[in-house]
Amino acid sequence: MKLLLDSTRCQGYGLCQEPAPELVELDEWGYANVIAVVVPAGTEDAARACAESCPNSALRVEG
Amino acid sequence: MTTIRLPTAQPPGTALGAAPAVSENAGAYRATGGYADATGPEELLADLAASGLRGRGGAGFPAAVKLRSVRDRGGSPVVVANGEEGEPGSAKDRWLLRARPHLVLDGLARAAAVTGAVRGFVYLSDPAAGESIRRALAEQPPPLPVEVVEVDHTYVAGEETAVVRRIDGGPALPTAKPPRPFERGVGGAPTLVSNVETLARIALTAARPDLRHAIARHTLVTLSGGPATPVLTEVPYGIPLRTLAAQYGNADATGALMGGLFGGLVDARALDLPLEPGALTAARTALGCGAIHFLAPDSCPVTTAADAAAHLAAESARQCGVCVSGTAAVGRTLYGLAAGTAGPDTADNLHRWSQRLPGRGACGLLDAAAGIAGSLLRSFPELVRSHLAAPCPVCADAAPAAGRRRLTVAVPEVADAPRQARVPAPPPARSPSSSPSAFPSPTALPLPALKGTP
Repeated sequence: MKLLLDSTRCQGYGLCQEPAPELVELDEWGYANVIAVVVPAGTEDAARACAESCPNSALRVEG
Repeated sequence: MTTIRLPTAQPPGTALGAAPAVSENAGAYRATGGYADATGPEELLADLAASGLRGRGGAGFPAAVKLRSVRDRGGSPVVVANGEEGEPGSAKDRWLLRARPHLVLDGLARAAAVTGAVRGFVYLSDPAAGESIRRALAEQPPPLPVEVVEVDHTYVAGEETAVVRRIDGGPALPTAKPPRPFERGVGGAPTLVSNVETLARIALTAARPDLRHAIARHTLVTLSGGPATPVLTEVPYGIPLRTLAAQYGNADATGALMGGLFGGLVDARALDLPLEPGALTAARTALGCGAIHFLAPDSCPVTTAADAAAHLAAESARQCGVCVSGTAAVGRTLYGLAAGTAGPDTADNLHRWSQRLPGRGACGLLDAAAGIAGSLLRSFPELVRSHLAAPCPVCADAAPAAGRRRLTVAVPEVADAPRQARVPAPPPARSPSSSPSAFPSPTALPLPALKGTP
């Protein structure tokens, strides 16, 4: 599974980091940065929750 | 003003051609072996794979691999000749469209034949280039429908996803990847977006397959910086950057801004590197689109870094929040360094951004800004320290408002071609006896300068 970020959609809400701090970090301006594009085994649910948390649909899981 | 320099003799197989200051008509192009049927699509693809021709838009991706990946998607592919050069220090793509439109269109038709494409586009911003291409299309109608799409000149308009978006009727702004155009491009079809010089070299290879290696190992370069007049010329891979600097008229260059803005800054020692994509990448710089801005001894690399970062910040498409914030931060910090107002955390901030910003935006603009910051720290650490200790008089004399002008190169002027009667095509050439040594050698010294104006 991959966790993909469309940077053009990220508005820096910061909600994505809460369900998956091991997958996404927020930079010094509050924008999301995906740490693990290839989602490690066992964190698939966190990745899905992370994608669903974005009010602007900037994140999605694939595969 | 930008002059064009012809490397000594002009044998067949060069992109500059024999008369770079005059727009080439179909007859003159055909006389060089262009538009001939000698090399079929499969044979051409094999020649391109053998020569290892790399794309000339900046990324340097192998042309044969790109052609194959579009062809193998099936469906009804689209081919695009990308002539929108956003790098301020590059003039070669606009020159090519103005001076050798048939070479580009021949390359586009051949790329279409290889990929099975049914539609073609020429994408450009330069009005003179547009006029030249339209005239050429009328003079020699291509074997597939080809449309000219014009766009406003910006730094990101030539990025491949921006090209697709604009042709599809949207703004010329990059989109997130994947998908890449070869997967889903114009109208959803697999799309080859190819730089116009790459297409020119594809057409040259079709005309002279015996010269394929030399064609793949020569490249157009735009040289600028210092007091010398900018130069557009064609050089072989392997020529030392220092030799180029000397030929250009800046023998005492203290470094260079490489590859447009993408290769970052290199110091004087790096001028011993050969102009060769692999060697430059290994040295953490890049050939990019072949734009090299040599740093003059009386200039300061910090000024150039600040100019480059300011340009990138101004040209951000403002789609990605991280790019708006990141390019502004790098630009503001380098401006402060040049102005003598930099804070104590300047070097740490620049270092952090150089490490963490690459890859974060939808396109490469933010990577370029990060690369400017990182390469300044890496190549000129002493200068960064001295600028933090005391204001730099050279930077103080260089008005920031003139930064864009300092980095921008004008396109050489191309005169209209006289209307000529058609010249019969020469016999097809595929003689194994011809060798790349027909090309000018790396040490061949220049070079009569042709007249050129912006």
